Amino acid sequence: MSGYEAVIGLEVHVHLATRTKLFCACEVGYGDAPNRNTCPVCLALPGALPVLNEGAVERALRMALATHCKVQPRSLFARKNYFYPDLPKGYQISQYEEPLATGGWLEIQADGEAEARRIGITRIHMEEDAGKSIHEGSGRDGTRVDLNRAGVPLIEIVSEPDLRSAAEAGAYLRALHAILRYVGASDADLEKGHFRCDANVSIRRPGAPLGTRTELKNLNSFRAVESAVRAEIARQTALLEGGGRIQQATLRFDLDSERISVMRLKENADDYRYFPDPDLLPLVLDEAHVERVRAALPELPEARRARFAQEYGLSAYDARLLTSSRGLADFFEAAARAHGAPKTIANWLLRDVLAALRERSLEIEASALRPEALAALVRLVDEGRVTPASARALVPELLERGGDPAALVRERGLEAVSDAGALDPLIDAVLAEQPAAVATFRGGDEKALHFLIGQVMRKTKGKADAKRVRELLLARLG
Amino acid sequence: MAEPLETVAALRRALDAGATTSAELVERALARADALQPRLGAFVGLRAAGARREAAEADAQRGRREARSALHGIPVALKDNIAQAGEPCGCASRVLEGYVSPFDATLVERLRAVGAVVIGRTNMDEFAMGSSTEHSRHGPTRNPWDLARSPGGSSGGSAAAVAAGIVPLAFGSDTGGSIRQPAAFTGIVGLKPGYGRVSRYGLVAFASSLDQIGPLARTAEDCADALDAISGHDPRDSTSLREPPTRTREALGGDVAGLVVGLPREYLGGDGCDPEVARAVEEAARELEKAGVTLRECSLPHTRHAVATYYLICTAEASSNLARFDGVRYGRRAEGAAGLTEMYERSRSEGFGREVKRRILLGTYVLSAGYYDAYYRKAQQVRALLRRDFEEAFASCDALLTPTTPEIAFALGERTGDPLRMYLSDVYTVSVNLAGVPAVSLPCGFSRGLPIGLQLIGRAGSDATPLRLADAFQRRTDHHLCRPELPA
Amino acid sequence: MSRIGRAEVERIGHLARLRLEEGEAEALARDLDAILGYAAELGAVDTAGASEARSGAALATPLREDRPAPWPGLEQALANAPDADGTAFLVPQVLEGEEEG
Repeated sequence: MSGYEAVIGLEVHVHLATRTKLFCACEVGYGDAPNRNTCPVCLALPGALPVLNEGAVERALRMALATHCKVQPRSLFARKNYFYPDLPKGYQISQYEEPLATGGWLEIQADGEAEARRIGITRIHMEEDAGKSIHEGSGRDGTRVDLNRAGVPLIEIVSEPDLRSAAEAGAYLRALHAILRYVGASDADLEKGHFRCDANVSIRRPGAPLGTRTELKNLNSFRAVESAVRAEIARQTALLEGGGRIQQATLRFDLDSERISVMRLKENADDYRYFPDPDLLPLVLDEAHVERVRAALPELPEARRARFAQEYGLSAYDARLLTSSRGLADFFEAAARAHGAPKTIANWLLRDVLAALRERSLEIEASALRPEALAALVRLVDEGRVTPASARALVPELLERGGDPAALVRERGLEAVSDAGALDPLIDAVLAEQPAAVATFRGGDEKALHFLIGQVMRKTKGKADAKRVRELLLARLG
Repeated sequence: MAEPLETVAALRRALDAGATTSAELVERALARADALQPRLGAFVGLRAAGARREAAEADAQRGRREARSALHGIPVALKDNIAQAGEPCGCASRVLEGYVSPFDATLVERLRAVGAVVIGRTNMDEFAMGSSTEHSRHGPTRNPWDLARSPGGSSGGSAAAVAAGIVPLAFGSDTGGSIRQPAAFTGIVGLKPGYGRVSRYGLVAFASSLDQIGPLARTAEDCADALDAISGHDPRDSTSLREPPTRTREALGGDVAGLVVGLPREYLGGDGCDPEVARAVEEAARELEKAGVTLRECSLPHTRHAVATYYLICTAEASSNLARFDGVRYGRRAEGAAGLTEMYERSRSEGFGREVKRRILLGTYVLSAGYYDAYYRKAQQVRALLRRDFEEAFASCDALLTPTTPEIAFALGERTGDPLRMYLSDVYTVSVNLAGVPAVSLPCGFSRGLPIGLQLIGRAGSDATPLRLADAFQRRTDHHLCRPELPA
Repeated sequence: MSRIGRAEVERIGHLARLRLEEGEAEALARDLDAILGYAAELGAVDTAGASEARSGAALATPLREDRPAPWPGLEQALANAPDADGTAFLVPQVLEGEEEG
């Protein structure tokens, strides 16, 4: 323990899941040829003008409500002025003095922490994304500018500097990510760059005023954020302990080497000359509109987690895992409803299905497994018609190719063998082959029974109903 | 030289009667434009082939009895800051050399829809920043009344084109007086519609909260027809009024008796105004009184702050609007720049003229950290006070009457060295843009052979009333019938 | 006392990406100083209670349906490009220290 307290705030830029850009009707695509999705507005041709996308407002509003923010009935768009090739107007339309929403929060519980904690959200505002400047490329010297992304709708979510560790930073981001997907505000696909994070980090002695902070920019995965924050806390701690001073700077973090490098020293604050955009009027949201959006929100992660624990008798841990994604939560409830015993379904999902999904980097809603199919599979096990092991082995196939479990069991001949007629000869064989174990069992050692059962199972290639084998063995052994 | 094209109304009658064709009118306009170009410099380019094609189409439509609009088949001109697809849109600036607009301004779409024929683009002060049409990469436009004088600006080319009878109707833009002042200097009618009345989509922005497109013509009647054709809600302009096109033409020709016209003392007293201008404007007021109008003194108390307020707001907005001229996607790019910063700096510095640079710097300063509150925010607050001045005046008046400018057309070269003096001459026009109300300038007399302009201002939402009054004035007077002497 | 000196004009010039010649910077500083001096009188205006509201346009920004409308003019737009590589615009390499801002 260094005796320093870390103070971390996160700014997250999220792509809203709209069909078109924030201020023009160009399609929001991915991977298209450069400038294929442009028009006079997002190309910033002379004479073009912006018109606000109602789908973007809707999604921004959902996110604001889902994080308990106060929605401003009147907010303003402002121009942030600077020059860069991927910023065609020479300004970004954003929100500055009067943003869409302020004063919200969300709950996190980092691993190892006993209780959940509330992290404040200072503000959520809408803004347009810039295009892409590609510095390396084919053939010719220079920087390539692709404006397909210019004008894509973003929200910026700014947290209060309430986070105290890298783990908390990770927990906050995961919670935020889940809510974004829950309310359909964003796909938040990290690989597509839909969810970008900047971290502001400083350290101080507890009770002391805030230390100088640095900014880590463009961290694009939860791991990157956690590693970067951890590295920066360590760097600042070492610097201060060595008698040095923290300099305000914008930093870059390389995930592979875990090295921090300076992008820019912040001697002078940037002068963006913000002023309200005169091409747009205020965004006015009346109460009726806000209430409509609020009423249409789905059950949010925390509420769902609490309900799962209560309604289905699940542990807090299991409830948290099952609600970590809306897809998984929806699947669980559908499967539990089809099957009738939620805890059993929960076990199957959390143990076998989740592992198989992770191995294949698959989301459950993208898999071929239907909730009814899982319920059916588990029912086959309940009825003893198939052994747990055989059922487990079917999971990957059901995930990848779907299918009806009962049919698959039949086709593969995986029916549990429980017929005495089939098992007795095998039991005889095992008893004959394992006289030592028989003797040990008769001597009072329970473990030997398990061994014998195991031997019978091997002979049936795992298809024997273990309970039945045990019954029959015990009967034979007297 | 080809005969002058007088008014839209007269030409329309001739077209309807079969006495002429759109093709003939367009040929006359093109010929006259060519003949007068060396002397006036009104145009920056003509589009003869396109105009002839469209005139032929207009004649065909007329033949099929599809010519419904007053503007159908009429040759018109556009200021060089209005986008027309396939045509250069230069804003009289080197920074846009070679730029061809790939899209039409809403104005152009609407003109096309009613069958008007654009014959070319007119000269202007670069990016509409100026009051003299001297700040143009093409050189100045000259006043048809006296070639040694300015036609006013920034829509000087459009004004000269109409005043010289090249086209009966031209379009310009007005941010602080850029339609009205040239109309006053050249003895024609210029209308700045109320803010939001005409779509700004396709107008190259100078100051977004002040800019409006408007018509210049010989009569209020023609301006009314033009406004009716081009106004109305445009979903592509977020500041566009959510109202249908105006019907100002049908409001004209009737009685103006009973209307109350205010005379703001800040505009009419004092020694800021040339006495001959003041006298002509007072006579005009009395003429309206004879038509049954009630004159009333009123006050717009914050008028003396208008010019400062205007120049802080318009330059701030302009500094941001002109940031897109960076040499990346279109326009001039400096050769052989070593890196990005050099490319930006040289492209812009080599491309923009002195006045534009001055205003960009001023606007950047006004918005910059530490100065925003004292300058920009303060100016917006004073603007609100000016708007309230007008609202209070319009509580008891239907319109206000003022001179358009404090003086008649000045000599070319006289003002270019003194920017502040140039700005101060906008004193009677800038408040109108700050308040967003409609105003029209029309000729009301002469001083030393040069036209004097009368300004009629309407309340927000009422573009018809100033036009009604202007039309009534023109029915009783003949100042608008005078023509400059241009060598045949 | 001058409000705006040569150094200030150069700082503002950089923000606006304008490169000013020797004499130009000084002349502009003088012009700006005169204009700002004139504008400073606004400081004395009593604006208590004056909102920074807009001109007489509608009061709420209109919303557009979230429906794509492709624009067919890309080729024409690219024809205006001073330099391009395929359909991408091409600019001089961004140098060290020229990061956004």
